[in-house]
Amino acid sequence: MTDKKPVADEQSVGQELSIEQRATVGLSQGAIVRRRFLQHRGAVVSVFVLLFLVLLAFTSVGTVIGGTGKLTPDPTGTRLIVDGFRIPGWWGFTWWERYDIVLPGGAPTFTWWPFSFGEHPFGQDNTGKDVFARVMRGMQQSLNVVFIVGIISTVIGVVLGALAGYYRGWIDQVIMRLTDVIIIVPLLILGAVLGQTIGGDAFLLAVMIGLIAWTGMARLVRAEFLSLREREFVDAARVAGASDFRIIFRHILPNTVGVIVVSATLLMSAVILLETSLSFLGFGITAPDISLGQIISEYNEAFKTRPWLFWWPGLFIVVIALCINFIGDGLRDAFDPRQKRVPRQRSLGSEVGNFFKAYIPGARPGDRTSNK
Amino acid sequence: MLTFVARRLVATLLVLLVASFIVYVLTANSGDPLRELRGSRDPSAQDQIAYLSGLLNLDQPPVIRYFSWLGGVGACFIGQCDLGISVARGQQPVIEAIGGALGSTLQLVLAATILAIVIGVAIGMTTALRQYSGYDYVVTFLTFVFYSLPIFWVAVLLKEFGAIQFNSFLGDPVIPWWSILIIGLVMGFIASSIVGGELRTRVISFVSVGGGIAALLILLDVTRWFESPSIGFVGIALMSIATGAVVLFTSTGFHNRRALLAVGIVVVLTVILSWPFQFLFYYVNSPWTVLLVLAILVGLGLLVGFFVGGDGKAVVARTAAIVGGLGVLPLVLDQMFIRWDEYVARIPLSNGVIATIGASTPAIRRVDDTWLNMLDSLTHMLLPTIALMIISLAAYTRYARASLLDVMNQDYVRTARAKGLGERTVVMRHAFRNAMIPIATIIALDFGAVIGGAVITERVFAWQAMGSLFNEGLQHIDVNLVMGFFLVTGILAVIFNVIADLLYSALDPRIRVS
Repeated sequence: MTDKKPVADEQSVGQELSIEQRATVGLSQGAIVRRRFLQHRGAVVSVFVLLFLVLLAFTSVGTVIGGTGKLTPDPTGTRLIVDGFRIPGWWGFTWWERYDIVLPGGAPTFTWWPFSFGEHPFGQDNTGKDVFARVMRGMQQSLNVVFIVGIISTVIGVVLGALAGYYRGWIDQVIMRLTDVIIIVPLLILGAVLGQTIGGDAFLLAVMIGLIAWTGMARLVRAEFLSLREREFVDAARVAGASDFRIIFRHILPNTVGVIVVSATLLMSAVILLETSLSFLGFGITAPDISLGQIISEYNEAFKTRPWLFWWPGLFIVVIALCINFIGDGLRDAFDPRQKRVPRQRSLGSEVGNFFKAYIPGARPGDRTSNK
Repeated sequence: MLTFVARRLVATLLVLLVASFIVYVLTANSGDPLRELRGSRDPSAQDQIAYLSGLLNLDQPPVIRYFSWLGGVGACFIGQCDLGISVARGQQPVIEAIGGALGSTLQLVLAATILAIVIGVAIGMTTALRQYSGYDYVVTFLTFVFYSLPIFWVAVLLKEFGAIQFNSFLGDPVIPWWSILIIGLVMGFIASSIVGGELRTRVISFVSVGGGIAALLILLDVTRWFESPSIGFVGIALMSIATGAVVLFTSTGFHNRRALLAVGIVVVLTVILSWPFQFLFYYVNSPWTVLLVLAILVGLGLLVGFFVGGDGKAVVARTAAIVGGLGVLPLVLDQMFIRWDEYVARIPLSNGVIATIGASTPAIRRVDDTWLNMLDSLTHMLLPTIALMIISLAAYTRYARASLLDVMNQDYVRTARAKGLGERTVVMRHAFRNAMIPIATIIALDFGAVIGGAVITERVFAWQAMGSLFNEGLQHIDVNLVMGFFLVTGILAVIFNVIADLLYSALDPRIRVS
């Protein structure tokens, strides 16, 4: 490691500080978190890969804002146009139009030697649609769903968890029994029923998943609030005359930000798998709208004849989920103050227990003993 | 302990009741069950609509319909189950549909869960004991990758790629030299990492395990074993010795002469008894024979352990009984593989040996031969089970690793070491049981993911099982069918919860006391 760590002056700080504490003396909380995060090489790489993918997905084929996404012939009757406000991208093809098939069967034009992308680097489907454009649009929609669900679930989970943990009593009982009821139904089953109800629209699907995916977050935030509300700084705030609202949101909530950020990230990696699975089953995003799972579902049968229709969307799902998982792991390392200093080579593997505490909601070792 | 389990059971059932109401109302509101008929130009469509509306009480609001459905479920307690009829399946009673579907899904879910737990815990523990080794890094990275894999993608890959490759390999079973080399190197690497220790030990374990496996593959290749795989006397002997060695290694170690002797006797007895058992398996052609043989072998193990055990009767008898119980596996496998040629002759020509469609071959279903049917189920279940296992495997691996690492840093482990116990005793007796406590919690929590995964896997492999009940039911807004699925998975969830609770209280004495 070449970066200089601020070394505390021994006389002024005293001998009782541990090595870990000494490494962070004089730094703000934000700086400590940032520095720990940057030490997790896998997470840092993942941030860049994910940013690249987001940029690629949205700039390449452009996007559509609002509208129904339905296809209608334009006034001249030669092209189809998509409903909504269209922002064009730099890629020459759209995801809904058919083009002349370049190579037999629509095979990919991409070659390593001589290196060239050709006209349709990911190939074309049997009707001549450009697979690259379709995959990019599918990635847009999948990412949209991930972010919308992340925001909605986090907000609901944090508010409900905070209320339950802060007020306890019957409010806690009601909220926790509600979480129990939602948790006992497998997420995929509940998501499929809701997806069938709203009928294939990406935005509505995201809202619906957001309304059911908050349970883990609520449990974690509640647990944090239960312990934080007994601390002195809460008493101090109350004595100073702060309202409940102020105590919850200005005093306790900032202390739980680590748990919330980590849990939200890991929730998002679960959501991309959930959304693509639902779309694969036909209960999520359905044609004419596109998502990565929907593409795989549509081309499922063509695996033997046109394998490229199947490889690319799956690969992008894996890469996105992997990136989000790594970022979540890095964030967890960064926020956890009990985190031990680890050898630099341990960039991939870290102390895994807490990863799971955030990843599988409610599954904390010893959690059940304290409840009963 | 009983009150603890009973209280949890009642709470779960109440939660399930409320959840069933929500799922019922949501499903009923998710579309119009008669949409297809309404669009139809058939002159009789109007009559059919009126008929089905009356049959399903569509004129009543979903809330009322839920309670009449609940009444039908409640009638199960007096032996008159009525889960309604399924419109999507030609007015078949839902209870019949469940009866035809439950078996294969149960097999799939149980097999995947048990395998995931056993393999996951084993991998997780070995990585925890060899923390920061190359093996640990590789496994940690792989668990990340497994976490990020969409199960439907894996299932399609296995089906379209794995099955076809493997079937064409079985058609012409020649293992290329480079894959023997790679398999040998990988297995040697894993073995040397797990064994650890000094360079010399590592090299020895690397060469012996890697070389042994490579030699075995070459032998199988030369004798063209894959053309018609069989186990036979030699196979049973080899597998029994291997299980005996593994059990002995993990429980008492080879230095315990009495345990070694007892396990040796049990292995020899298993091999000798495999000859008379063949006739038993042949003449009493039923799955119950497996239980009978299991009971006999476990009993023999206990008996041998009791007489050979000396001072450590309990430990030796337990070890010998486990070896005896596991000895059933090679015997059953042997029975299945005896029928290999018959199986290959009976399956449709277009199919490969490893099936990719359905849960069984109809032609074999009609034959009244337990072992042939078992072999058929095995080839059909192989790929779906792998696909389903992969998602849970990563979770169990990481959780077992984290939890064992936690436990190994506890004071009582240091105490155990300080009083001079061997590393095996410290890990297996003192740390293992405590490390398993969080795993028991995961079993219940992981269940939802496994059910969701089963729905997807069954869809990919075209199984007519519980998953297709849900898929069909939801596609046609057939509420009764969806609720039939939900009822079964709900009951399974409750059972899994109870199992987890029982395990939990067995592992953690604090639960038993309160």
